[in-house]
Formats: sequence, C-alpha cells, structure tokens
Amino acid sequence: MNNKEMNLKGVEVWDGNMANSQAFRQADVDVIAAYPITPSTATVENYCTFHANGYVDGEVIMTESEHAAMSACIGAGAAGGRVATATSSQGLALMIETLYQASGMRIPVVLCLVNRALAAPLNVNGDHSDLYLTRDAGWVSIDAFSPQEAYDMTLMSFKISEHPAVRLPVISNQDGFMTSHTAQNVIPLKDEVASKFVGDYLQVNALLNFDKPVTHGVQTEQDWHFEHKAKQHDALMGSKKVIEETFAEFKELTGREYKVVESYGIEDADVAIVCLGSTFETAKLAIDQIKKEEGINVGVVAPRVFRPFPLEEIAASLQTVKAVACMDRSAPGGTVGALYNEVSGALINSQNRPLVTNLIYGLGGRDMTVAGLKNIFRTLDKDSKDGKINGRIQTLIGVRGPALSYYDVEGK
Amino acid sequence: MSNKPISEMGWDELVPGAALYTFQGDVDYNITEMQPEDRLYSETSSKAMSVGDWRVIKPVWNSETCIDCQNCWIFCPDTSIIARNKEMKGVDYDHCKGCGLCVSVCPTNPKSLLMFNEYETVEDALTQWPEKKKKGE
Repeated sequence: MNNKEMNLKGVEVWDGNMANSQAFRQADVDVIAAYPITPSTATVENYCTFHANGYVDGEVIMTESEHAAMSACIGAGAAGGRVATATSSQGLALMIETLYQASGMRIPVVLCLVNRALAAPLNVNGDHSDLYLTRDAGWVSIDAFSPQEAYDMTLMSFKISEHPAVRLPVISNQDGFMTSHTAQNVIPLKDEVASKFVGDYLQVNALLNFDKPVTHGVQTEQDWHFEHKAKQHDALMGSKKVIEETFAEFKELTGREYKVVESYGIEDADVAIVCLGSTFETAKLAIDQIKKEEGINVGVVAPRVFRPFPLEEIAASLQTVKAVACMDRSAPGGTVGALYNEVSGALINSQNRPLVTNLIYGLGGRDMTVAGLKNIFRTLDKDSKDGKINGRIQTLIGVRGPALSYYDVEGK
Repeated sequence: MSNKPISEMGWDELVPGAALYTFQGDVDYNITEMQPEDRLYSETSSKAMSVGDWRVIKPVWNSETCIDCQNCWIFCPDTSIIARNKEMKGVDYDHCKGCGLCVSVCPTNPKSLLMFNEYETVEDALTQWPEKKKKGE
C-alpha cells in the first residue's frame, strides 16, 4: 500500500478515466510509463496528480511516444516491477508491435485501452477499431461497460495478469467518451482493501535478481519458436479459469458479480443481439421497453472477456434463440465483423443454429440509441418469425445515403 | 528447466517467455572473483554458442609488439579479447565477429592486432607482419 492513504467516500462520482486512475493508484503500481492521447489522457493525468500530491509511491515516466511507453513498461516489467499504461486509437496502433513483445515475453502489464476510432479520417470518439486491432496480440482483453466496471476490471486486471499460471498482459477496455467521460456513481474499495485484494507483486525471472541472471527477448527460430507460441497460447486459454476465480473472489469482497459472458433477458428471448461496450447498457433499456410495448422477447449477450474468447459460453447463451444479430462497432475492412465471425464459429458446432446477421454500427462515435436498437429488434423478430434472413447477411446501420448491405444467404 | 537440449523440449518444458538463464543454478557465490572459464555458464548462455563462423576476416594478435595497454579489451563489443591481470592473452575466436574495432584502437607501431582473411592461419599471418613505420611515413 502507498504510504499516503486517500480517504474515499462510500460512493464517488467518477468517469471511466478516474475509475482507471484510482484503480492504478490502489494497485500500488511501481512504474507507469505513458504518452497522452484522447480519450484516455485523463487516466494518466489524474494519476500524475495523485503522484504529485504524494499519494503514489511508484514512478511515472513520460515517454516520447506510445511505442516507447509500452517499451518502458516491458523493460520495467522484465526488471521485476508492477507496470501499467493507458492509450487509445492511434496510440494503440503505434504501440502494437510492442504488444506482441509483452505477451510473447510473458510480462504482466495492465493497459487501459479507452476505445476510439482509428484514422483516417481523424476521429476522437468511441468505436471498437482499436480493440479489434489487439485481437491476435496474445493479451487477455476484458471489457467494461460503465465507470464502475472500469474500476472493477482495471483493479482485477492486475491480479489476473500477474497470476503465476497466466503471466500475460491484460487490456482493460472501455468506450471512449460514452464511458471514459461520463461521470457516474462508483463504489470504490478502501485503499487497504484494494491493495490487499491485488496483493504483492510476484517477481518471475526478474532482470534485477542478480542471483539468477536472465536474458529476456531472445531469438528463436524454427527449432523452438512454435513451442514457445504454443505455451503462450495455452496460458492465454487457461487464463479463463483464473479470470473466473478472480471474478468470484471479487464478488465475495464487493457483492458485484461478473461473468465471462454477460447477458440480459436471454433466458426467455426469441431473438438476441451480441455486442461489446456501453451498447450493452443501452440494450438493457431497449429490451425492457420493447417487451412491454410490443411483446418482443429480446436478449443481449456481451463477451465481458473478449480474449480468451469464451466460445463455449457464447454458444451456450444462444441455444434458445432463433435469430441473432452480431453488432460490430468497427469498419470490417472487406469482410464480416469480428463478432459475427466468432459468434458464428461458436454456433456452427452447437445444437441450435439460429439465423445470424452482422450489423456494422456506431463508427466514429455515432450514437446507438434505444430507438435504433428497437428497430434492430423488430427486424430480428420478423426474420425469426419468417424463418429466414429477409435482407442480406451484413448491413450498415445508421449511415446516411443509400442502404448498404453485403453477402447473400445461400440459395436466395 | 530440465537438462534436455532445448531443441528436444516440448512446449510444456520450456521457460515461459523464452527467458534464458545465463548460469547453471543460482549464483549464490561471488562470481566477480571467478574467471569466465571457471564460471558455470548454462547451455543456453551465448557463452556456450560458437558464432565464429559469422566472421570472414579475423584479428590476429602479435605478442612481440603488444604493450598490454588494454585498449582492445575495453573497446571489443563482444568481450572477445582475453586478458588476465592486465596482460593480453589472445582473441576468443568462438565469439569474435571480425568487426576490426580492436585493430583500429591499437596504438602500437606497427599495430599489434591486424585483420587477416579467415582462411589464413595465425602462424602464416604472423610471418607477414609489417615493419615499424618511420616518422613521416
């Protein structure tokens, strides 16, 4: 625990960035190396204020770029310290090479990724193109849908990342602006309780352990590269168990329950959407309304954990629905969206084979409203009742101009 | 880590993150007082790997003209100059990559380290050593 305690109220009013900053502070991070970028700037800016006011015992390094920020985190992590950083969008894109280094070297790092669209055109608002850019980087990727969840997920990320069976970096995602700049009630832990929950940092092969000199970042060729990547994949796949255990421990401490796949209204749903981020919160409102007003039974399913992908849990959650719309908030670049691909992959070997469509929505921070979601639910309801996809597989939702849809269903 | 060579290990036997230990076991003794040849380097240490075949030209050392100034020992980027008690002993041809820095920093006249083709023997090279240059030459 830091020497100087911060007295927090039982309920604080924090936006998602402040939630991250406070989780960083309470986790007693040794080194934060960062470079500012909207909308994640405040995560580190608030933390620097804590640091300047004596609330942080660790170090803060202001680097010359995001590539350098993650490189510094990897170096400090290899040296044997607890490390974290935050970024968004272009910053993440510049950082991407080092993301693979961190996971391949098995260095625990916590990265608060405040999701923002990737340029061009330049855009500071929230979509999931940066989140999707990290898909194959070998990081655990967890998604928070509100400031409270951002606090909870970022705090838990340290525990997951540093677990001896995992030792992999973790991304704590949240939506840019919709979550990062929306102040809501957040119930924090006391410093002492949070610090105890995260626990002491466990050094593994630390460079600063002179009793066991070690080289990190070695070269492997065809003779053992594959075995190392296999070991890394196995640790990432196995991290689901640690994530579930951490969620369970956190529930015991706070009463707040998290699952690797979150859902709402799915138990009695005929149709469902699958989405990430704050859209889950909007969907809960829209689902209640349309059930009451029009008698349509809709559910929403959201992977809380994006990596490792909870394929079995996603399939299990969609066994009673007849139509599913996978909502991807990222320009798909010449194919279907990531969620469509992965959810379809989860369903193809399951008993239930619902109609699956792909909706591209909300690019560059375009709002997804309750009314917009209700329109999607009506289309799903009609497809379900007709027993077929009436349009094409992929549709762009909420874009001005002539309608855009792609990929015909076979035999149509 | 087991005692198998790395090339025979399965994924489950490897150290996570491909971290490589430099020495066998823990260094719970004063390693600074031991010469490199007495230290227990691990099989995965680069000390155990010969990279001499990366070289196409090699430095040859002439003990007749060497003044043991240690310039080459200081400048060698691969710690391939072997010196003991501030006396030059020779070149570690398992790790020297033939960069020639040692030759460029050698202050004697004629130089006590010169580059020769890799295929020439040290004995032949020493017979071709140049004479001392005269002033103004």
